[in-house]
Amino acid sequence: MFAYLVRRLLLMLVTLFGISVVIFFLLRIVPGNIVDILFAAAGYVDPADKANLEKELGIDQPLILQYWHWISGFLRGDFGYSYVSEKPALQEILPRIPITARLAGLALLFSASIGIPLGVISAVKQGTRLDYALRVVSLSGLSLPSFWLGLLILTASVAMFNRMPIFNPNPQTWLEAFATYAVPAAAVGFRSAALTMRITRSSMLEVLRQDYIRTARAKGASDATVNYQHALKNAILPVITVIGIEAAFLIGGLIVTETVFNIPGVARFLVEAIRWRDYPIVQNLVMLIAVVVVSANFIVDMLYAVFDPRIRYTD
Amino acid sequence: MRSVWALAAMAALSVLTASTTTLAGEPKQGGVLRMYHRDSPANASILEGATYSVNVPFMGVFNNLVIYDQHIAQNSPDTLRPDLAESWSWSSDNKKLTFKLRQGVKWHDGKPFTSADVKCTFDLLMGKSQQKLRQNPRKAWYSEVNDVTPNGDFEVSFDLKRPQPSLLAMLASGYTPVYPCHVSPADMRTHPIGTGPFKFVEFKANESIKLTRNPDYWKKGLPYLDGIEYTIITNRSTAILAFVAGKFDMTFPTHITIPLLKDIKSQAPNAVCVVEPTNVSTNIIVNSTSPPFDNIDIRRAMAMALDRKAFVDILFEGQADIGGTMLPPPQGIWGMPKDKLATIPGYGPDVNASREEAKKLMQKAGYGPDKHLAVKISTRNIAEYRDPAVILIDQLKSIYIDGELDVVETANWFPKVARKDYMLGLNLTGNSVDDPDQSFYENYSCGSERNYTNYCNKEIEKLFDAQSQETDIGKRKPLVWDIDKKLQEDVARPIIFHARAGTCWQPYVKGVTIMSNSSYNGFRYEDVWLDK
Repeated sequence: MFAYLVRRLLLMLVTLFGISVVIFFLLRIVPGNIVDILFAAAGYVDPADKANLEKELGIDQPLILQYWHWISGFLRGDFGYSYVSEKPALQEILPRIPITARLAGLALLFSASIGIPLGVISAVKQGTRLDYALRVVSLSGLSLPSFWLGLLILTASVAMFNRMPIFNPNPQTWLEAFATYAVPAAAVGFRSAALTMRITRSSMLEVLRQDYIRTARAKGASDATVNYQHALKNAILPVITVIGIEAAFLIGGLIVTETVFNIPGVARFLVEAIRWRDYPIVQNLVMLIAVVVVSANFIVDMLYAVFDPRIRYTD
Repeated sequence: MRSVWALAAMAALSVLTASTTTLAGEPKQGGVLRMYHRDSPANASILEGATYSVNVPFMGVFNNLVIYDQHIAQNSPDTLRPDLAESWSWSSDNKKLTFKLRQGVKWHDGKPFTSADVKCTFDLLMGKSQQKLRQNPRKAWYSEVNDVTPNGDFEVSFDLKRPQPSLLAMLASGYTPVYPCHVSPADMRTHPIGTGPFKFVEFKANESIKLTRNPDYWKKGLPYLDGIEYTIITNRSTAILAFVAGKFDMTFPTHITIPLLKDIKSQAPNAVCVVEPTNVSTNIIVNSTSPPFDNIDIRRAMAMALDRKAFVDILFEGQADIGGTMLPPPQGIWGMPKDKLATIPGYGPDVNASREEAKKLMQKAGYGPDKHLAVKISTRNIAEYRDPAVILIDQLKSIYIDGELDVVETANWFPKVARKDYMLGLNLTGNSVDDPDQSFYENYSCGSERNYTNYCNKEIEKLFDAQSQETDIGKRKPLVWDIDKKLQEDVARPIIFHARAGTCWQPYVKGVTIMSNSSYNGFRYEDVWLDK
């Protein structure tokens, strides 16, 4: 087990190194850098000014040297300075993470709390009007892009209530704070809820046809007991897998939702940083995400062994 | 009976007077003006900026030496007002401009303002100081300035190489605030210190910009507002919906397109909206250094094929202007009169006749119905660029030119243009002051960094200098018109149209004037107030 742990840790480090190289060089492959963008916006270029600025930012140095400066700084916790705001990169990144984390968490909660029960109902009531109605809802959810849904929500909210549920940085009440996140979370979580609902339905339909379900019914168990205690328990595994995958894909939806609802989260910030070629922000932020994902995978792998006695990692 | 009528008339008059007084109202102190900002500016330094995204939020932090009257929409030499300078005078040979400076003015950090600050600012702009601006996009504005010399603490002189009356116009631009000597250019990018009506509080990239009232402002009693808060909203739909819902007191200036203006007026009928020219021209840049556009006939044919009215009707529902390089009258001061404009090939009322002429030129160059000229039309990947480019492609089909749209990301646009890696480009040119010097030297003089097409005509350069030194506006105008006409005839950079855009505010916002011939000079907001 110890040898496996060490091997797994080493593999993790190699993976992170690979990711850092890919991030660094991919960013440099994209045409233009911050200096090009600044001068393009100004509509002129003064070669001397340009050279000075490139020197000041260190982007005139050989790529290997630039990589070394970045990665050694990252390991020391020195993320450098944003090229755009000229503030420490960490100071720019950290306050935005909780905002996106809250939004993502609520979106996943919305997805699970709406998608799973409706999926169960749809499966149990298969072929009924309710099932058809729910299937239409789920198809709509899969078809509607989240930015479009977001704009619809905003437009309807203004037209019907003359209220605008965009981000409020200083909510006065608990309700305001909740509304700040709940509406965009619903917009981004709706698609995910629709997918969860469809997976739950198909998984439940398969389980409901199993012999042990018939046995449970024969023993006189109530519908609720059969559906939720026997069927759902066994149907939930693929649903959890899908929710897990959706969590990773959520960042894509969050970028547009944060833009539409004007939420100053990390997803929109990352896109803006890419637009400006703000290397210190993009590199460090993507690397941080990579560290979290790789570490989470490592921890999950370890936990398999803890929670499932059948799994034992051998040398 | 007569007395009854007299009484009624008096009563009516008094009611009318009272209501007029109430309507006009006395300015009220207090309140925070909430506005959305269209994007997150790179930094807070106006001297380094080249977009009004910087001027709008930060102009209120500063003062200039002189400023355009903030309540007269048209910037002109007659609307120049003293700001940090109490007065100014020209020497008899018009080569020395002396400013008497205001005394008792303090920077926001409490240090006194003196002539040394003026010297520092212009040394910085002319590239003469030890400290450097990261970018200095308007260095060329001061190419005729030899030196800036303080005469004591409260007088300063600009020594010029030759007379240049337009220098005052450039000093009055929102792009020319006076910076403090004791704050570095780097600090001015992140925490600007000025002498203006509002103090900088914070700038959170992609989130917000906050200014607060300067209680020690040298204009007693001003500003009326307690502060201004800009929320950065890059999505135009979200921003406009938020304005309609009352989250903002005002839209970002000249950010509303003509079609969107209708939506706002229908959803917020009480909103006050104005449409003004932005002094931004949409034009074609032609790579005349390589075939096929090294052939003047093809360039002329292309210019003659333009149906400018169609562009204006499609994109602006008829609300934009057709002119030459300079913004056309009545909002523009220097634009050619209509009768002169109509004499330029391609500007006449009969588009079909013009296109027939253009076809002949194309046939002379070897193209015709059986042999079309295939070109790429490059432009930035922004709607304001893309949309007219698509119309241009359609119009060029009428003279055997098959255009293909080549959209270029902003980061790559300027390097591509500088490399001359394009055939035709659709470009936007903004003019921060309505003055021929700024436009001609910047865009058409030999060797200028912004002369993207490398148009170079030594004869016309002499005319540039001649108009530039002319102090009599009446005499200068015909010179400017002749130059403008010649530039259009040379197809130096064919102008398609001059855009207009809308700005809206809630009815309780008072004292806002949107400039009608510049988008860069009207954001001091020191006497804007909220009638709430």
